[in-house]
Amino acid sequence: MIPQDYLGLAFFSMLCCFWPLGIAAFYLSQKVLQLQQTFDSSLEKPQFPGASAEFVDQLEFIQPNVISGIPVYRVMDRQGNIINPSQDPQLSKETVLNFYQKMTMLNTMDRILYESQRQGRISFYMTNYGEEGTHIGSAAALDPNDLVFGQYREAGVLMYRGFPLDHFMAQCYANADDLGKGRQMPVHYGSKDLNFVTISSPLATQIPQAAGAAYAVKRENTNRAVICYFGEGAASEGDAHAGFNFSATLECPLIFFCRNNGYAISTPTNEQYRGDGIAARGPGYGMLSIRVDGNDVFAVYNATKEARRRAVAENQPFLIEAMTYRIGHHSTSDDSSAYRSVDEVNYWDKQDHPISRLRHYMTARGWWSEDDERSWRKQSRKTVMEAFERAERRLKPNPELLFTDVYQEMIPSLNKQRESLWRHVQQYKENYPLDLYEK
Amino acid sequence: MAAAARLFLRGANSKLSIAPGSLGTTHAAHFTFQPDPVPSQYGPTQKMNLFQSITSALDNTLASDPTAVIFGEDVAFGGVFRCTVGLRDKYGKDRVFNTPLCEQGIVGFGIGVAVAGATAIAEIQFADYIFPAFDQIVNEAAKYRYRSGNMFDCGNLTIRAPWGCVGHGSLYHSQSPEAFFAHCPGLKVVIPRSPIQAKGLLLSCIADKNPCIFFEPKILYRAAVEQVPEDPYTIPLSQAEVLQEGSDVTLVAWGTQIHVLKEVASMAQEKLGVSCEVIDLQTILPWDIETVCKSVVKTGRLLISHEAPVTGGFASEISSTVQEECFLNLEAPISRVCGYDTPFPHIFEPFYIPDKWKCFEAIKKMINY
Repeated sequence: MIPQDYLGLAFFSMLCCFWPLGIAAFYLSQKVLQLQQTFDSSLEKPQFPGASAEFVDQLEFIQPNVISGIPVYRVMDRQGNIINPSQDPQLSKETVLNFYQKMTMLNTMDRILYESQRQGRISFYMTNYGEEGTHIGSAAALDPNDLVFGQYREAGVLMYRGFPLDHFMAQCYANADDLGKGRQMPVHYGSKDLNFVTISSPLATQIPQAAGAAYAVKRENTNRAVICYFGEGAASEGDAHAGFNFSATLECPLIFFCRNNGYAISTPTNEQYRGDGIAARGPGYGMLSIRVDGNDVFAVYNATKEARRRAVAENQPFLIEAMTYRIGHHSTSDDSSAYRSVDEVNYWDKQDHPISRLRHYMTARGWWSEDDERSWRKQSRKTVMEAFERAERRLKPNPELLFTDVYQEMIPSLNKQRESLWRHVQQYKENYPLDLYEK
Repeated sequence: MAAAARLFLRGANSKLSIAPGSLGTTHAAHFTFQPDPVPSQYGPTQKMNLFQSITSALDNTLASDPTAVIFGEDVAFGGVFRCTVGLRDKYGKDRVFNTPLCEQGIVGFGIGVAVAGATAIAEIQFADYIFPAFDQIVNEAAKYRYRSGNMFDCGNLTIRAPWGCVGHGSLYHSQSPEAFFAHCPGLKVVIPRSPIQAKGLLLSCIADKNPCIFFEPKILYRAAVEQVPEDPYTIPLSQAEVLQEGSDVTLVAWGTQIHVLKEVASMAQEKLGVSCEVIDLQTILPWDIETVCKSVVKTGRLLISHEAPVTGGFASEISSTVQEECFLNLEAPISRVCGYDTPFPHIFEPFYIPDKWKCFEAIKKMINY
């Protein structure tokens, strides 16, 4: 179908002195001309709208460069020594001590809550062992007003921002202090005050959502950024592709932070992808990308800080792939000895751990002693245990909360169902654990 | 001169062509659209068809709400059904923009916009293509408020999609997927029957603080023309409308099928002396149980009709609830006149759709039960 260009009609009409029609058609013909590019086949350059590149006359497939992939940026070696002094962020002692204390507090909380699930006190738990550096390093590089979308293994981000232990515990115990009103499984944290969007179980759904939030935040003009965490497994989901593509085409101030920890439950990375990890996908979307040592809290900090600065200044997304290792099981429902060796896990626990690397950095500067370590371990454990005991004693939320927040308002049909449940429970009350719940 | 003008106008106008039938004639629709009376309570009105009434609602929204953004495939140039014509030029490319071709992305992105506090109006090009976004809609949008203890929500999200049969749409341009979403607490699902209804209901959906899906009967985009108020106005959600009162049978439908039932009501009156009460459900979820039950208590007979396949279609929910609430009032089994349990066919559409003769026959059976 040859598109109308109106020029012929314009000439014919004006020739016949049908001026209104002729002028209108002439105007339209100029508009059509504007939309078309000038094509010049005398130039030996491709004219395709879809790609701008040179012609080549040798048949060659591009090698996906898996042998020497994207290099891993790091600041400290495995013993906590700074390799290139220009990369040392030179954070204050107070800041570095805070990093250390937050990472270790997280570790302590993980041990106690994992154990509490084993004892049947909470229904489920996921630890963050080995990935504390990715949480604290990135969280520290953000502004407190930046919006965080997570997957489920980012509790350290919330901890860094000051989420109280009582609130962590309340969510895991689903007690009456839970900000989420007892509706979700443990570790599905959220905090409006700390700009941490509530976690949901479906993987990667947060990725396109983060792009949308970043777009809205860009229009607000308040210099906020959005960060989106996900694992290397979730990056296989269609939603990840959607989120990357949208954030690039719509120019969103967004940091994609991939925790590549080697496993998606039992699935190792060589069964998750064949390309060079997640960082190599970034350029495919037109996105600036970097791979960092996730167990080096300073490398994570530096990369996130720079990505944030540029994302907001330039309104474009950045992809950070933080290489790390999941030392713990996927969750309390998993026993990872079924699919990996104890030796492998021990290597990471003993030889390349974010907490010990930072401790070596601190002790080398005389900022942390054996005594400091001992008393901090004791104090942090005591703090966690106290919060734990408080959470244990707390009643569960009022069962009325089963029915609220489905919609902003209560709807008649749901209200009827609510009333029907109460009548039923009144009649059969001995079969329902009412004493555990607030009235 | 006239021929030149016609040539000029056709090229400059719509991309929708009327497909010629196999015998060289155009297919007439299976109903005739009757406009509602001109509303007097909302100020000056203008002649608008359905897509223009949608544009008007979107225009009002972009004018009054600086956070509102409209996005989806091809919305920038005006949309494949012309619902967003002129809006990008008027309000800017940061507010009316194309997205990549990815429904799960469109809805996921829209959820994020809404969570960040802005008004998100997402367009899915055809309701038939909403399924890649099903996870985002059902697992995320619908549950956002509940699962976060009301700390977060995407009440600012409205999803619009063209819906229903169009004469030649076949499997993937004709679907009515409301039943899939009716099963999802936390969502609202709304379907207008006409331009006046569409603008008011769409504005209500946009204002509503819950994620809403707004299905637009595509066969009515050009065919339905009414005098529609220029200023914004809302029509309440979850309130069914009794279009005509009757005493013998209650007829319930939504969207395009309302126009079929209106004709059926005339046929029943004329040929059988049967007086029908016609109800437009408008909101599928949460639906107005009270209005429908009140009507059935009066008439004793209920017919529900929709294009979507009968098994698991929304008529089954209405039927089930009505028999629970009005069992002793029923004079006959509840009748469902719906699409068959097949994918939506192309050439067999005239046999597939729940047309007026099938509905008429069902009324006859109920009266003679």
